[in-house]
Amino acid sequence: MEDKKHHISSFNSLLMVLIGLFIMTGISVMITEIHFSTFSVGVALLLASIKGYLVLTYFMHLKYDEPIFRIMVFLILLLFAIVIGITFIDYLLR
Amino acid sequence: MESTQATNHVSYLQHKPHKIGILNWILSTDHKRIGLLYLYSIMVFFIVAAFLGLLMRIEKFAPGETIMDAQTYNGVFTVHGIIMIFIIVIPGLAAVFGNFFLPILIGAKDVAFPKLNLFSWYIYIAGAILALISQFASGGAPDTGWTFYVPYSADSSTNVIWALTAAFILGFSSILTGLNFIVTIHRLRAPGMSWFRMPLFPWSIYATSWIQVLATPIVGITLLMVIAERTLNIGFFDPALGGDPILFQHLFWIYSHPAVYIMILPAMGVVTEIFPTFSQKPIFGYSAIALSSVAIAAVGYFVWGHHMFTTGISYWSRWFFSFLTFIVAVPSAIKVFNWISTMYGGSIDLKPPLLWAIGFIFLFMIGGLTGLVLGALATNVHVHDTTFVVAHFHYIIFGGMGFAFFAGLHYWFPKMFGKMYNIKLANISFIITFIGFNVLYFPLFIIGLQGMPRRYFDYFPEYQYGHVISTIGAFILIIGIFIMLFNFFRGARKGEIAPANPWKGVTLDWQIESPPTLLNFDEIPVITEKPYTFKKEEEA
Ligand SMILES: [Cu+2]
Repeated sequence: MEDKKHHISSFNSLLMVLIGLFIMTGISVMITEIHFSTFSVGVALLLASIKGYLVLTYFMHLKYDEPIFRIMVFLILLLFAIVIGITFIDYLLR
Repeated sequence: MESTQATNHVSYLQHKPHKIGILNWILSTDHKRIGLLYLYSIMVFFIVAAFLGLLMRIEKFAPGETIMDAQTYNGVFTVHGIIMIFIIVIPGLAAVFGNFFLPILIGAKDVAFPKLNLFSWYIYIAGAILALISQFASGGAPDTGWTFYVPYSADSSTNVIWALTAAFILGFSSILTGLNFIVTIHRLRAPGMSWFRMPLFPWSIYATSWIQVLATPIVGITLLMVIAERTLNIGFFDPALGGDPILFQHLFWIYSHPAVYIMILPAMGVVTEIFPTFSQKPIFGYSAIALSSVAIAAVGYFVWGHHMFTTGISYWSRWFFSFLTFIVAVPSAIKVFNWISTMYGGSIDLKPPLLWAIGFIFLFMIGGLTGLVLGALATNVHVHDTTFVVAHFHYIIFGGMGFAFFAGLHYWFPKMFGKMYNIKLANISFIITFIGFNVLYFPLFIIGLQGMPRRYFDYFPEYQYGHVISTIGAFILIIGIFIMLFNFFRGARKGEIAPANPWKGVTLDWQIESPPTLLNFDEIPVITEKPYTFKKEEEA
């Protein structure tokens, strides 16, 4: 609504993020050749979170928005991480 | 305030911009009409699912095949569960009373996104229709139970995919409604209404909405995974392909335990509005109730494993989940304590809404305390998958959420329709329903302890006494519910005109006309004090 809040990202920064995402995708495909045994899920999740972080920060403009939104998204992701963590720790403890 | 009776105001029910009657409903973005759309849809499905429940009870009147064979029985309990859970109790209170009263209670003209609100109802109806199709399409009604456990749900030749898709779509409706309410509460509170001046029903809706937004996507993905498993044979849950069937149970209950709080938190919110009004006394422990809603929502995320104690999850996981399950009982108990303290020393007016709310406390306590039997590791093993679980579950969902729903209906009916139901008949229907409910479900605790498994269409003769009593209870319960529904229909059609504030309530909903005008308030009120501030008699 207010023009001040509208942030227009430069084409170059968006392009850099896109290239970064492509590289990460490449890595996550290649990495399937290496066997991490128990940690294979963890590694895949780690890569996915970095990609998610890039998308949220640049494409979805979290970087330019009020801090409260970053905090909320962080808390939600933390909750999600704990839930996933508890689920997979169960596998390690069995 | 006699001026609220003025007749020159057009109520939301008289506001009809379209010529064709039905369009005034299905194109309306008014939160009150959308609330009623949900109410009517839920009523229709409730009658269907209750009828299926009755059929199950008739089947179990005697051992062996009574009125249906085993496969039909599997279909019937699955359909009963899917409709009751996904179409009735999960949207239930939030969609009906949340839509109708959340904006009014916080002094707003509508929810933040009225069109999205109507769209959510369309999604809901689409999901509900899909669920119905799954019952009648070729292949036969799904027979997995509403929990869709793998590996059976990945193998069953019945219409599991239809049912999964239905639940998936219904989830979207739930997410969008939750999102709408969160934004509404953050942005549309009346001037002066700080967080701690907000009535407690909006607080409970706020906590509920967060669960809807955060937990529902997980079950959505999980159901998609089962569909993918069936169609593409991926092996998420198949040990032969490196998967794990218990992973499904983790994912399913990560949503479905918090979903219990999606059902029960708004129920607690409704009775929290009722107790102060009928005791004419401020609520006892306002902030304790408000924050316990949030605490329940937060801790409730980490207890899902208590559904899985017998599946072979690790010792430490069981310890962890059992411990947190006991912790999450604490905020619920805080609320019960506060409700009772609110009534203590008040001038109690035992009208139907309060009767239903007290019935809620009684049944919810039985459900909650038997929940501790299930939450404890040792006793859980003994009663796992018996009718003890079925009884516990119905005491929470029906005795808790259902009774609170009826309490809310009796409480807000005069506001919603501007008419009054027959008080005497309402009392009679409460007593019959309450007796029928206990006769129906209490015997299931006892035969469950004795070893009667759940979801069996047949049983050994030694369990028959319990099943017979239970079936008799089912008929009493149905009679009570039909008297109640009849009372409502008659009240809505030719009941007496209700005054704007029949119960002497002090929250904003009682300060406006009955039924409310299209935009609820002539002028948005400015809030200067805490809710539930009862003035002395002479001022009223
Ligand atoms: Cu649970």
